[in-house]
Amino acid sequence: MKIALNQVSFSYDGSRRIFDDVDLVVESGEVVCILGPNGIGKTTLLHCMTDLLRPSRGTVTIDDQNIDTLTPLEVARVVGYVPQLLQTSFDYTVLEYVVTGRAPWLGIFEKPGEEAYLKAQEALEKLEIRHLAHKPYTRLSGGELQQVSIARAITQEARFILMDEPTAHLDYGNQLKILRMVRELAGQGYGIVMTTHNPDQAIMLEGKVAVFDRHSRFSFGAWDQILTDKVLSEIYNVPLKLLEVAGHSRKVCIPPDLE
Amino acid sequence: MKVPRNLDSGMVKKNGFRQQLLLLSILLLAGIFFSLSRGRYSNDPTAVAKVFLYQLGFLDQIDPVMESIVFHVRLPRILASVIIGGMLSLSGAIYQSVFRNPLVSPDLLGVSSGAAVGAAGAILLGGSLLTRQMMAFTGGLLAVTLATTIPRLFRNYSNMMLVLSGIIVGGFMSSVLGIMKFVAEEQTELSSIVFWQMGSVANVLRQEILGILPVFVAAATVLILLSWRINILSFGEVEARTIGVNTRRVRGIVIVCASLLTASAVSISGNIGWIGLVIPHLGRLMIGTDNTRLLPLTLVMGGLFMLIIDTLARTLSTVEIPLSILIGFIGAPLYGYLLYKQRIKVE
Repeated sequence: MKIALNQVSFSYDGSRRIFDDVDLVVESGEVVCILGPNGIGKTTLLHCMTDLLRPSRGTVTIDDQNIDTLTPLEVARVVGYVPQLLQTSFDYTVLEYVVTGRAPWLGIFEKPGEEAYLKAQEALEKLEIRHLAHKPYTRLSGGELQQVSIARAITQEARFILMDEPTAHLDYGNQLKILRMVRELAGQGYGIVMTTHNPDQAIMLEGKVAVFDRHSRFSFGAWDQILTDKVLSEIYNVPLKLLEVAGHSRKVCIPPDLE
Repeated sequence: MKVPRNLDSGMVKKNGFRQQLLLLSILLLAGIFFSLSRGRYSNDPTAVAKVFLYQLGFLDQIDPVMESIVFHVRLPRILASVIIGGMLSLSGAIYQSVFRNPLVSPDLLGVSSGAAVGAAGAILLGGSLLTRQMMAFTGGLLAVTLATTIPRLFRNYSNMMLVLSGIIVGGFMSSVLGIMKFVAEEQTELSSIVFWQMGSVANVLRQEILGILPVFVAAATVLILLSWRINILSFGEVEARTIGVNTRRVRGIVIVCASLLTASAVSISGNIGWIGLVIPHLGRLMIGTDNTRLLPLTLVMGGLFMLIIDTLARTLSTVEIPLSILIGFIGAPLYGYLLYKQRIKVE
């Protein structure tokens, strides 16, 4: 399966463009990292891919079917979304939350039954967080919240999972844990699109990269073709260098000294 | 719905739920029987038992006055209080979930103040009790309609917008009510309005109960059927939409049902605060947040709570105590205690 954005432009008010003519394709088993400065429209782009927002121009297609012709239910059976932060004032348990991922597969008056709870449980096991099942959702740490939210997308049986800055608010160890999880999920055939502020994550995941620079210019391709010193420096408005570290085969993004 | 055993998932809780619901229902029935036997004419439970046995054909002869009192005086009032308590608690639980705010009560969208305006209008025009109820109901729904229309004008469908327009409508209705009180005849009309606002089911008629019963059954059924979708709403707009839930539609249906419940209740009993706020909290403490369990439990618990309050209201002293006064005395400290127990994150 694949999701494609064709010449997609977006504007909230009709006059000021957020982004213009974006072309992007993600297929099953691929990881796409979206990089770009704050406020450039990375989240907006994700929202266009799951029908939360409608592009002002261009089309989004799922397996060559225009997303506009699909019902929200049909979209939800293919695309899962992991928001940056989620909050609720009530103490639902983790399992009660994760099982809501079954919603696109149940009738409007239907309640989750045995099968739905089993699927939720499986998702928790898959992410090795079964022990959290009965923990009140409001008492999870940032890293746990991310994992639980991903578990919901898996319960949803979505083929694609869109993640909005899945590593924000996480400590370094947990960031790497989420990256490993992303890598594993892609290996199992999920298509993953994630936004991030850390170019090293895109390099480590070795997938495709979509980049907005400071002037909203967009480019998309394999990581090693798109990410260059010049492009990185353009995105963040600081001179950045990609260097190979002795003893590692992989490149690392190096910022300049702080004068 | 069965949850497999290997899932420790709420299995324990689920049994707990059935037991608690059963226990509360038994308590409610026992409460109704006990309440039937309390009153000025007779305080003898056996007299009530005799009335029922007579009805079932086991007794040949009973005190006809007692029979009339049980069926025409006490029973309508008791049924009204149970239904109203259930309605207010259920709609309170719904509002809290939909607005993702545990501090919300069912008159958030101006239902109570709208209903008060309707009732006051009927009092000023000298309408009958039934007219008063009809106008209160209409006023309540009119207020909710206004409150839900304002966000459309702004094309802003957020919860916050809805809450704000509820404040606008509520404030406006209070002023209209103020004018009505101002022009009212002090001795008769004004005191009627004020007394109506204090809440009472003392003079409830059979027709009134029959009038709200269909609304109650229909709205409560829809809400309980949608209870799991209401869970999803309480995780917020984006979360709900990305799992294919049409949030605007579900929220619309749910708010209409909850408002119908509140308007029906208020139109008969006048303003009764606290129940819609306190009972859902008590329910969450007992059974957890999941609306599939919380809603049925809250319904029964609200009925029981209101039954207790109203029985106290009519038996504590020789004069009727207005419900809002009693409920405030009991509800406010209880709410404080519940907040302490739940340690809600108040931000």
